Amino acid sequence: MSESLIVVPLLALLACTAVTVARMRDLWAAVMLTGIYSFLGAGWMMVLDAPDVAFTEAAVGAGISTVLMLATLSLTSRTAKAPVHFPWQALVIVTLTGGALIYGTLDMPAYGDPNAPVHQYPQPNYMERAEHDMHGIPNVVTAVLASYRGYDTLGETTVIFTAAVAVTLLMRRPPLEAMSLQDTTSTKFGDMSESHGPADPQGSGGNTTVDSPRVADLGRGAS
Amino acid sequence: VKAYSILRVVSKLLIPYILLFGLYVQFHGDYGPGGGFQAGVIFAAGLILYGLVFGLPAFQLAIRRNVIEVMAPLGVLVYAGTGILTILGGGNYLDYDVLEHHWGGLFAFLPHGQHLGIFLVELGVGITVTSVMITIFDLFAARGRRETH
Repeated sequence: MSESLIVVPLLALLACTAVTVARMRDLWAAVMLTGIYSFLGAGWMMVLDAPDVAFTEAAVGAGISTVLMLATLSLTSRTAKAPVHFPWQALVIVTLTGGALIYGTLDMPAYGDPNAPVHQYPQPNYMERAEHDMHGIPNVVTAVLASYRGYDTLGETTVIFTAAVAVTLLMRRPPLEAMSLQDTTSTKFGDMSESHGPADPQGSGGNTTVDSPRVADLGRGAS
Repeated sequence: VKAYSILRVVSKLLIPYILLFGLYVQFHGDYGPGGGFQAGVIFAAGLILYGLVFGLPAFQLAIRRNVIEVMAPLGVLVYAGTGILTILGGGNYLDYDVLEHHWGGLFAFLPHGQHLGIFLVELGVGITVTSVMITIFDLFAARGRRETH
């Protein structure tokens, strides 16, 4: 009972945030609200006794992805285009999908049911096994992720590495020689984003067209 | 007079503790909640905070891109190399039990086999995640700068 005093407001806030994000045209505020959404989600995971998941949600969802979305916003526009007409089609599809998902939850076992399939398969006694196998590593989640399911985690690490490879291939600026052939202005300002170059006094001044404060905030910081 | 001086002072105070907390989550993940992934993200978040407050040139001076680009695959190699190590020890791939009591007790100060394996593997995850997050931030922010000029 007392738990529902926390869970119901948390879930209500999650729903409110989601609706607000969907209605928002200001992308900067929308990014901030998705961060808040992740943080509420982390709080909810904590109520469900899953601190590892809550940890990840808070660090990744509320922390890193907010920053990465802001970095992406600095490359695009700050406001979304207003839709030309009311999106009836999308609303119908979303309603149908949501209805199907809710219908699906009717078959799910009650929360905390010890006879739920997830507690019966594949291994009901991970807790006892980990006690014996791991020589006293108390965090079973770590034991499962890094040892019992070590191949999966190796795969996940490779996926993350692949993301860096893809972003590097797409976004890394070309070497200086290639750029000077294209145009000279980029080369002039190119020095400041070079990894080995010292801080360019010209760059930190930002004497050219930084058209909006958000770009300045990301690129130049508060110097 | 520098702008945002409160922001700069506060983040200067906070960043060392964020990095320390990242290391704690990394190396204490076997005992409490956490592990390489969370630790990597927290560590990267501390460094990215530095970049946001003090600017991209300072960020790129502190965190060399060529170092980061080596560290991202290095983490995966540490992970995969742990598996190779267990094969060399006579076990299956990533079977950490064989890391125990080998090499004639020369490394007796090391923890138990499973513990050592998990430590190495999580270290690999942490290194990769930190450098990948930093790479993505660095490249997006640098691109934004270039396009504006």
